[in-house]
Amino acid sequence: MRAIITVTGRDTVGILAKVTAICAEANVNVADVSQTIMQDIFVMVMLADISKSNIEFTELSDRLKICGREMALEIHVMHEDIFNSMHRI
Amino acid sequence: MINTQDILETIKMIRQENLDIRTVTMGISLLDCIDSDIDKACNKVYDKITRLAENHVKVSENIEKRYGIPIINKRISVTPIAFLAGATSSNPVKLALALERAADTTGVNFIGGYGALVHKGFSVGDKALIESIPEALSITSKVCSSVNIGSTHAGINMDAVRLMGEIIIKAAEATADNSCFGAAKIVVFCNAVEDNPFMAGAFHGTGEPDCVINVGVSGPGVVRSAVQKLPNADIGEIAECIKRTAFKITRMGQLVGTEAAKALGIPFGIVDLSLAPTPAVGDSVAYILEEIGLEKCGAYGTTAALALLNDAVKKGGVMASSQVGGLSGAFIPVSEDAGMIEAVKAGALSLEKLEAMTAVCSVGLDMVVVPGDTPADIISAIIADEAAIGMVNNKTTAVRVIPAIGMKEGDILEFGGLFGSGPVMSVNRFSPKKFIERGGRIPAPLQSLKN
Repeated sequence: MRAIITVTGRDTVGILAKVTAICAEANVNVADVSQTIMQDIFVMVMLADISKSNIEFTELSDRLKICGREMALEIHVMHEDIFNSMHRI
Repeated sequence: MINTQDILETIKMIRQENLDIRTVTMGISLLDCIDSDIDKACNKVYDKITRLAENHVKVSENIEKRYGIPIINKRISVTPIAFLAGATSSNPVKLALALERAADTTGVNFIGGYGALVHKGFSVGDKALIESIPEALSITSKVCSSVNIGSTHAGINMDAVRLMGEIIIKAAEATADNSCFGAAKIVVFCNAVEDNPFMAGAFHGTGEPDCVINVGVSGPGVVRSAVQKLPNADIGEIAECIKRTAFKITRMGQLVGTEAAKALGIPFGIVDLSLAPTPAVGDSVAYILEEIGLEKCGAYGTTAALALLNDAVKKGGVMASSQVGGLSGAFIPVSEDAGMIEAVKAGALSLEKLEAMTAVCSVGLDMVVVPGDTPADIISAIIADEAAIGMVNNKTTAVRVIPAIGMKEGDILEFGGLFGSGPVMSVNRFSPKKFIERGGRIPAPLQSLKN
């Protein structure tokens, strides 16, 4: 089971470190990371394997959301199925 | 890995363009709750609903978090209560209270089905139930009511049409201190569908399984934004763009529906391919029509643009979903759509134009506020006209008008929340009294020699 974590906002020091730390704590493996700057906005997309996660999906989502709020970033965690179903036939 | 652009597009749709699942509706059959003792029937109704829907809200909330997609309403639809009312001679309002209690316990936003199917005539219990609707809706807040008064196969029951005009006024009067909200919870249908997840017209048809999950999607904001990117495209390209967008929206509905059904262990019914607006600015069907090229919704060309929109939504949606049903089409509720409200205020959109628009889209005259002194026979005649459009064109049509007690044309009736606010619209005052008083039934229309 995989989830997509997206982080958008102003680029600051330590975004990747903080997000991956929360993932590591939950035993969530980050499989892939891509980041770009789109119209001055920092965008990071992470593909995370949550099958061995030691917390509920909703808990992970809440933790990352709180982290996002602290850093003035928007962080969303969404199950990859939503993207697969919307963008692939 | 999934394309970053696709991921960001989905997130933009949800965060900025108000994409959401409008409703996950659990349909529950109450046929096994029929009892000649109304108190026993009430207990059975309450027990069955709370047993089957115990986890309904929780499951939907989990799905919301898992996929990051808002599910605005969790609802329940039940067998038309007239079936239960027919078995007992007691006042059916008790059943409305049982539904309300069940809705409170399960935590759903609305429960629909306090209604009757009388397209060919009244059976035992139907009249008593219909006459109890104003009281039932004034003493409950979550119960919704619908009555089917016509169909392509049966014609239009004009006795029921006359009765419903009176019932709508009584329901508005009974809730006059609450924005006449009672009338906003009544839908009068022609060709009602059995698997509609949308309120206030949702009920669980007798041909449905015991329990089922139906989903209604929304997304006018997403379609508008997609059309906005094509300022110089021709109409064919616009249709193609809407189709593609509708596909994505509906896929999400399909995913949520199947996941909810799986988690609850009950069958998945249908996705209702709808563009359901909300009063939020940007989430408007009228704005899509204006984006296609009309100065204001209601201008000449509105019916054609709406026909195009409605058809493209269905074409994209059908491909995206394994089971399609419900009302499936663009909704045009006046009070729930910021663009429609503006168009009425600007004098661009009249009741007559809305009626024409209902011939090419789902679902009918919806959330239309009329002056409080509108006579019952005029409301009945509005219902008859709308039902005739549905009957002749083999489609569902409905009327949800709200007589704003004590208000006149140009005033604004505020509902709040998803229901928005409705400008009181002008009504043609020439009398249809004699036509409505005749009663009887309009015969079913010819189904061949179509020209």
